[in-house]
Amino acid sequence: MKKEHFSLKYLRREVLPTLFCPGCFNGVVINALAKALEEEGVASLRGYVFVSGIGCSSWIPSPYILADSLHVLHGRAVAVAMGVKLANPKLEVIVIGGDGDLASIGISHLIHAARRNLDIVVIMVNNLVYGMTRGQQSPTTPRGLKTATTPYGSFEYPIDMCRVLRETNANYVARWTIAHFYQLKDSIKEALFKHRRGFRYIEVVAPCTTYVARRLGLRPSNILRDLLRKSRRVGESREATQGGEDTIAVGVFKSEDKPGYIELYRGYIAGLGGVYSG
Amino acid sequence: MSSSAQTSLSQYYVVRVEMTRQFITGNEAIAYGALAAGCNFYAGYPITPSSEIMHIMAVELPKRGGVFVQVEDEIAAINVLVGASWAGSRAMTATSGPGFSLMQEGIGYAIMTETPLVVVDVMRAGPATGQATKPAQGDLMQARWGRHGDQALPVLAPSSPQECYDLVIRAFTIAEKLRTPVVVLSDEFIGHGREVVELHKDVQVPSRRKPKSPKEPPFYSEDPRVPPPMPSLGEGFNVLVTGSTHDGYGYRDTRSFETHYRLVKRIWNKIWLNIDSIFEYEAVGVDDAIIGFVAYGSTARSAAKAVSILREEGIRAGYVKLKTLWPLDTKPIEALAERVEAIIVPELSLGQLVFDVERAVKDYTKIHRFNKVGGGEPIYPRELVELAKKVLGR
Repeated sequence: MKKEHFSLKYLRREVLPTLFCPGCFNGVVINALAKALEEEGVASLRGYVFVSGIGCSSWIPSPYILADSLHVLHGRAVAVAMGVKLANPKLEVIVIGGDGDLASIGISHLIHAARRNLDIVVIMVNNLVYGMTRGQQSPTTPRGLKTATTPYGSFEYPIDMCRVLRETNANYVARWTIAHFYQLKDSIKEALFKHRRGFRYIEVVAPCTTYVARRLGLRPSNILRDLLRKSRRVGESREATQGGEDTIAVGVFKSEDKPGYIELYRGYIAGLGGVYSG
Repeated sequence: MSSSAQTSLSQYYVVRVEMTRQFITGNEAIAYGALAAGCNFYAGYPITPSSEIMHIMAVELPKRGGVFVQVEDEIAAINVLVGASWAGSRAMTATSGPGFSLMQEGIGYAIMTETPLVVVDVMRAGPATGQATKPAQGDLMQARWGRHGDQALPVLAPSSPQECYDLVIRAFTIAEKLRTPVVVLSDEFIGHGREVVELHKDVQVPSRRKPKSPKEPPFYSEDPRVPPPMPSLGEGFNVLVTGSTHDGYGYRDTRSFETHYRLVKRIWNKIWLNIDSIFEYEAVGVDDAIIGFVAYGSTARSAAKAVSILREEGIRAGYVKLKTLWPLDTKPIEALAERVEAIIVPELSLGQLVFDVERAVKDYTKIHRFNKVGGGEPIYPRELVELAKKVLGR
């Protein structure tokens, strides 16, 4: 019997193949997540809730992942995830979204969730542009890149969300590129099964094949090589840690095990007489 | 120092909730009403004149094992409620004009995904920051139509602290029964006005219906008056919730005419075909009136007082007080119009309800607006009495 692809048991088969562009790296993110779940022996995703906003990577859970999912307003995935987690702390809540959704319109929710050390996992698929709306500049667009709204090359400074979130109370902050499949999978395992509490953020640099790679004249295979060439392990050098114009800081920026928001809230209401459903 | 201050704050509210007859404000009545209705989740952002609702929830919910959370903005508040409601909570937030504006997109999402929740708007004078926090009634049309797209949602309007208590319970009942967000439209006069309220404890709010199996579609029902069953997250239904146009099982369909029309029309019908169970009003003195008033909220109280003064002076006056502003049944206004020589529509705004009255009255009778807003000025009963006499030529 032909062995089935390991991701399929976590996917809604009736909606496959996906609507992603040919060569889109969203599939790599799905596979890394599936591999992490498989290696931990997760048979079904009952008890997992996926929340996503608007954008290409927000389509990863909705409709493709076979679990409860909320496909919500642009930028509001983290806020909705907070409601889900607080209302039923037994649920494992995972947000998947893009740089436009999480680092632009939804950045305040992201930072405040990290400030609270809210017990959710956020996977930000950073494709460097707004892909779904046809390739406009995003807050992570590298300087110089030509996009639909920066036709002469982006001149704005981009944001580095790992460096921002490292300074908050988040328990776990890591970044990999899609050229680091195994490291990414291990980070997802670490966030989901080792830490189990607090705010855990994993960024995946996955340049949009349609609107970034093509404009740079790169084939998908060359993108992988390009990403590896630009990657610097965080902590190895000052340049790697700070991030540079032509480098990508990858690795684990932060790994702690402080109590998360749920434990803090449980402690806050302890002794008041009520029984928190979690 | 701060801990003793906090203790006294908490005691202040504790004592009140243990008694059944209370001399309390409309805002306090809304909080107690929500608790009586089983509200176990509150997310909000501070804004006057609604803050007292949040303060009471901050004291009460943690003691009851519920969730109270102060979030980063009103956009977060409404979206946190959506998540909480899908996880099985009975959720509410309260705000005022600027926050209500920020919540509109999220309310639209709750309408599209048929998510039960309650939003209280204690109106103040706008637009923008306006006069924080002087009373107004300028959010009527926004409450009905503030979102983009085709939609309907119930809007309830209390005119006293007692009605605040009763209508917020009704709001939760409608939200759970019809799987819809419900807006409670109060105003600063009602929110900060203090009266005796009967806090009845025997409150029963039904819970949303759950599907028996994953085969039952959570987003389609044959009879538009009955909402589809709503599964909670984590129960194994693999529920797909999306604000995009979706079929009965939640799968996105952003192309077909049939899917979109069927969805938005069903949600629309869910509200409008249930108008008889949602719509409430009070009609006083209408049967023999020669002059009538149509009003809601704090303004309805001025109209009621004006009617009793006019009757004392031998002028047969009557009024229709709307406790539901949407969906609106115009029959009580039509019935008034058929009898009276003129209708006066007093509003703490430049005039919004008057459009409904014009639509209902057609050519039966004359309509006079009475508009006033700003500076915390109420509409005084004597102003309405004078206008009534002038209109009648007396």
